[in-house]
Amino acid sequence: MLIERKWKKWVYFYVPLAAFIVFALFPFYWMAVTAFRPDAELYHTWRQANATPFWTLHPTLEHVEGLLRTTAFLQWLWNTMLIAIVSTVISLICGTFAGYALARLKFRGSEFLGTAIFITYLVPQTLLFIPLADIIRDMHLGNTPWALMLTYPTFLIPFCTWLLMGYFKTIPKELEECARIDGATRFGAMVWIIFPVAVPGILSAGIFAFTLSWNEFIYALVFMASAEQKTVPVGVVSELVRGDIFFWGQLMAGALLGSVPVAIVYSFFVEYYVTGMTGSVKG
Amino acid sequence: MGEAGEFVGLDNFTKAWEDTIFQTAFKNTVFYTFWATIFKLVLGMWLALLLNRSFPFKRIVRASMLLPFIVPTVLSAWAWRWMFDPTFSVMNWSLYHMGLISDRLPFLSDGDWAMWCAVVVNTWRGMPFFAITLLAGLQTISPELHEASALDGANAWNRFWHVTWPLLLPVTLVVVVFSVIQTFSDFQLIYVLTGGGPANSTHLIATYAYQIGVGSGLLGEGAALSLFMFPVLFAVVWAQLRSLKRMDNA
Repeated sequence: MLIERKWKKWVYFYVPLAAFIVFALFPFYWMAVTAFRPDAELYHTWRQANATPFWTLHPTLEHVEGLLRTTAFLQWLWNTMLIAIVSTVISLICGTFAGYALARLKFRGSEFLGTAIFITYLVPQTLLFIPLADIIRDMHLGNTPWALMLTYPTFLIPFCTWLLMGYFKTIPKELEECARIDGATRFGAMVWIIFPVAVPGILSAGIFAFTLSWNEFIYALVFMASAEQKTVPVGVVSELVRGDIFFWGQLMAGALLGSVPVAIVYSFFVEYYVTGMTGSVKG
Repeated sequence: MGEAGEFVGLDNFTKAWEDTIFQTAFKNTVFYTFWATIFKLVLGMWLALLLNRSFPFKRIVRASMLLPFIVPTVLSAWAWRWMFDPTFSVMNWSLYHMGLISDRLPFLSDGDWAMWCAVVVNTWRGMPFFAITLLAGLQTISPELHEASALDGANAWNRFWHVTWPLLLPVTLVVVVFSVIQTFSDFQLIYVLTGGGPANSTHLIATYAYQIGVGSGLLGEGAALSLFMFPVLFAVVWAQLRSLKRMDNA
């Protein structure tokens, strides 16, 4: 081991790490403080003296109540959840089969197809939202959850396929060969032998896909028009600024409550999420 | 909308190219991508090196460092916008009461300041992605390499520059490419922070395409604007695939 003097460890390690933690987490702290701070305390201008600038002694639920009373926030939560789950499941099913095929079956153009999927997965949503808006309109899906359930897989399927293709390649071929020798069909070996082994990979892809669809913004913004069809990100942005007035307490309450579900899902599956993330950039 | 379109050739593209707001948006996008990527790489690498050591509560710290990346960007961008608020900014408040400023800083009310603010927020959001993926790369580097070079008298900086950095280069390259694509095509952050204002000075290609295509309903022109991202992104991806191939062969 490399030996280090104590003061050096403070200067080079603890202080920078603490600075990173403050930088990364302060906005969330501020979001939470604002969400529970009464309006009278909230609107202190930058020059005014303030006895409790960084916390509050009078926490209140008025903003949360206001949010639930004046907007369809719970409906947005439900929409976001439903859309994220359905599009994740669709993408996982397609991605698992496609990933297996690309990893295992040798067919003409399989290499090219793999690269093509990788490129598709890199295409940003902001490049496609206008043409997709046109398609959604032609199919009369605008303003229905299907508009998002069917468009999110356009970036989730390539992602899941790419990730799972990498995962399937790490599973030894011998495993299914044994099953084939014992009389299993190729399909049977895939479903009953390989898929169970691949569960951690599928879970990683699923968690990552779920957070991606929870966070998606531009498609939801363009395809959803009426207030009760919106997802949380779009609803918070578009319904909580009325005219020129920002309801900061409610905005922060909405931001906080909209972040909590995805943070909870994440906290249960941190390791899978990290695997998904590091796997997503592997060539 | 609704009636049959008419083929207009490259009209929408030439129109975009001559549009001064688009030119600003293009410059902004390059500026934003360039600086945010540099900051994310430097800070992300630093954070990865810190997280690669053992310390108490490591798992919790590592998990919480990813929060900016997990939470929906538009929602966290609202928290930043509130922190940058012209009248109620907590940062102006703190700096003023520490005696560091005598007048408030124009975080989002000045075009140049606002672009830098956007770079800061983007760095905040993307840094964890760099840190965690680079950390995964760091963990594959054997500590013996470091010990050997330390015995040879290399200091920490030399060890990083001559041992860690070259070994980490393939991962770094891929992460940078991902980040460049995401940042170049970014929409959410500017949409929430400034909406392209003041006076259209902070538009990115994507936000301007949205404003024209959806806000003004000129679908064709908006689509042409967003397609200007394509050549840049294509070049980036092409370069990545090439260098990945070369590394595979090496």
